[in-house]
Amino acid sequence: MLSSKASCNSHGQDSSYFLGWQIYESNPFDELVNPTGIIQMGLAENQLSFDLVESWLRKNPDAMGLKKDGESVFKELALFQDYHGLPAFKNELVEYMAKIRGNKVKFDPNNLVLAAGATSANETLIFCLADPGDALLLPTPYYPGFDRDLKWRTGVEIVPVYCSSSNGFRITKFALEEAYQRAQKLNLNVKGVLITNPSNPLGTTMTRDELNHLISFAIAKDIHVISDEVFSGTVFDSPGFISIIEAAMDRNLENTNVWSRIHIVYSLSKDLGLPGFRVGMIYSNNETVVSAATKMSSFGLVSSQTQYLLSNMLADKKFTSKYMKENQKRLKKRKEMMVSGLKKAGIECLKGNAGLFCWVDMRNLLSSNTFEAETELWKKILCEVGLNISPGASCHCSEPGWFRVCFANMSHETLQRAMQRIKYFVVERSNMSRSKSKRQLISNWVRKLSSADRDEQER
Amino acid sequence: MVAMSKIATGNGHGENSPYFDGWKAYETNPFHPSDRPNGVIQMGLAENQLCLDFVEKWLMKHPEVSLCSPEGVSKFKETALFQDYHGIPEFRQAVAKFMAKVRGDRVKFDPDRIVMSGGATGAHESLVFCLADPGEAFLVPTPYYPGFDRDLKWRTGIELVPIVCESSNNFMITREAMEAAYERAQEANLRVKGLLITNPSNPLGTILDRETLKAVVKFINEKNIHLVGDEIYAATVFQEPEFVSISEIIEEDDVVCNRDLIHIVYSLSKDMGFPGFRVGIIYSYNDAVVSCARKMSSFGLVSSQTQHLIASMLSDDDFVENFIAESKEQLFKRHKYFTWSLAQVGIGSLKSNAGLFIWMDLRKLLEEKTFEAEMKLWRVIINEVKLNVSPGSSFHCDEPGWFRVCFANMDDNTMEVALLRIRTFMMKNNEAMVPRPKLCRRSSLKLSLSRSRRMDDFMSPGIMSPHSPLPQSPLVRARN
Repeated sequence: MLSSKASCNSHGQDSSYFLGWQIYESNPFDELVNPTGIIQMGLAENQLSFDLVESWLRKNPDAMGLKKDGESVFKELALFQDYHGLPAFKNELVEYMAKIRGNKVKFDPNNLVLAAGATSANETLIFCLADPGDALLLPTPYYPGFDRDLKWRTGVEIVPVYCSSSNGFRITKFALEEAYQRAQKLNLNVKGVLITNPSNPLGTTMTRDELNHLISFAIAKDIHVISDEVFSGTVFDSPGFISIIEAAMDRNLENTNVWSRIHIVYSLSKDLGLPGFRVGMIYSNNETVVSAATKMSSFGLVSSQTQYLLSNMLADKKFTSKYMKENQKRLKKRKEMMVSGLKKAGIECLKGNAGLFCWVDMRNLLSSNTFEAETELWKKILCEVGLNISPGASCHCSEPGWFRVCFANMSHETLQRAMQRIKYFVVERSNMSRSKSKRQLISNWVRKLSSADRDEQER
Repeated sequence: MVAMSKIATGNGHGENSPYFDGWKAYETNPFHPSDRPNGVIQMGLAENQLCLDFVEKWLMKHPEVSLCSPEGVSKFKETALFQDYHGIPEFRQAVAKFMAKVRGDRVKFDPDRIVMSGGATGAHESLVFCLADPGEAFLVPTPYYPGFDRDLKWRTGIELVPIVCESSNNFMITREAMEAAYERAQEANLRVKGLLITNPSNPLGTILDRETLKAVVKFINEKNIHLVGDEIYAATVFQEPEFVSISEIIEEDDVVCNRDLIHIVYSLSKDMGFPGFRVGIIYSYNDAVVSCARKMSSFGLVSSQTQHLIASMLSDDDFVENFIAESKEQLFKRHKYFTWSLAQVGIGSLKSNAGLFIWMDLRKLLEEKTFEAEMKLWRVIINEVKLNVSPGSSFHCDEPGWFRVCFANMDDNTMEVALLRIRTFMMKNNEAMVPRPKLCRRSSLKLSLSRSRRMDDFMSPGIMSPHSPLPQSPLVRARN
């Protein structure tokens, strides 16, 4: 009756990633109203710097009020549906993107295509690059939403590139080649490799080596590289961020074939903390991609009202400089708070310098080195401890025991409370297992005693 | 060199149709009352500009809805973070209320069935993704909006099979035509999954009467196929007979209908004149479709900033009532004046009571009853009369000589200029001079999506009049 897309599960929403959200929604934490509720730590949002944006808005009411120099521009905006996007907006976006990359790269607004969020940008890019049945290589662990965004309506397959904790989950040449071979064996035509840099869920930026491996790989296999750089503005610590385009430029690849096979996806949802406004974009040096993607953007244009507001905001260079600096400072502080809070509970994190989350190592809390044990632990943490964190399995991690835990979507106090809960949980657990082993010792001793007694009696 | 996808390199985007050649002519020489008085007047764009002043006045009186008053700013964070694909509840409630009002409160809409999409463009595509697999087919009555060829087919991989409607009965949809289309699909080994109607019709500007709607509902129930009702022009009905929505038909006692087959596409682009805000809606009576479409809405959510604006606006009952009345009146006046003026020079059109355009009858001006003749006449209209109108063939009309002409996307002065040009042209014609079309080299009409015509700074007032259509990319403008 309905399409197979409607009747199957490839929307990906049956994953634990989303189930955790549902359970959270049935009992959400609130400082005043529901202090024992579940704290949402599964949502990579940036709530730390709104005050900066709000103060800008107060000083610039025209931007929100659909006015320019006091005159209403409502009509122009209401009618503006050009899929090339508001020129002023795109000009500001490319400057902002360049700024994030330390102005080491310049972007051409004509190569920028707007979309309704990175969700739409990613899907549109896949529609442009791959046919149904083709495959994309994705390093694990990766953002659970990709299973929907890249595959659902496009009919494309994802073949994971396995990364392991033994080297900090870095992408190796070997892993790329191995994944490619696996795809070949499955008779899948690999069209490209998609990376997220900075990584979600790892919270790390890619090294130059990794980027070079990827580029060389793309050259050798004649495939595309898509770099999802939505977290590029959340890099708060060294080493700095190197965009794929910068890495390619440093190898003087601008006039070679691979240059037109490198594409970037960006969005303002993470850096500026504006997920509700649905501002995503594709950047590509490939004319065919830009042309096709522009037409496809009709299916998800950015509201002109929003384009206008943000073009004004981004045009204020003083504001963007201040925002970037302050935002990064706050993210760093918050991350440190989480890392130290977890440390107090005896839990380590992958060392990271970006993103809105930590990649937390809870392997020593597993009852066994299995994904079943990971799920068991996750359920306990969700329902008993009251923290919605995302289990590594939902991110397709190949090793059990890792969890993504977000820190930027809550107040300082809430994070403190979350850390307390985790500490309490770990302490309780170790007490229990200590008293369990204590009880074991006592009962062994009792048995020994009673059997000695019996022996005596029998003698 | 590895290829892009077939979708990206093929023609499924539909922009190579001659339909867009007219836009090109307009883009290279757009009319402006003072700067370019001999430029081409855009009459191929179904926009509703007649009530924007009315809305603007309301907006200026309510700064808080734009979140730019002190109290508004405090709502900013909440709004900026809101990305729940269920949509802001107040937004859904306000839209449901508005949809009901537009139907004279004869039906109620459930806000929980309201699903967002990237304009009606996104809504149509998502619905097809929910209802049909690649290779399956939808039946669509002709003439139909050219954008459907892209919206319904391009990335979804489905086929469209036309239900041929004819001028002999004013292009009404008949049972026979539906049956014939269904059979044709069968013969072509296409599995029909649904039927799409646009009511009020684009390009006809007419509404479907009760009997026809019942016949359509009967037909889809018998064949067990979906019915998608594109009702984006519902509030543009400016004259009797009153608009009847599918939502009303399925409530009637004598109608037997499986509600799981019924879906409505809506948008604020035409009724309110807000195409830039990208407010598309899918309303389905099928729970599974609501659920699936809602997940898909992630690909085209309405900006929360816009949701907030619309929620506030449409919650103001007085504003809504006044707007609907004002819009009807303005459309009625403009339509009456336009059709009367055309009649004065012997140009007829299909009798219509809705929409932002008329279906103009220029059959008697054709050299011969062919589509080549229609194209020839069309080029004359663009190059000599300097009006961008849309030829019937681009709407898959089965009979040459019909043109869709938009009237609501310009101010009164521009309308006068357009009418003057038409009068002049018709007078020349009536002097027994067969219009000698200047030889138009194909290349001058070759479509090129050159970016030179995009607005470089739409803010600088010198470039265009706020009342004239802004030069925009062809296909998006063509949400007509």
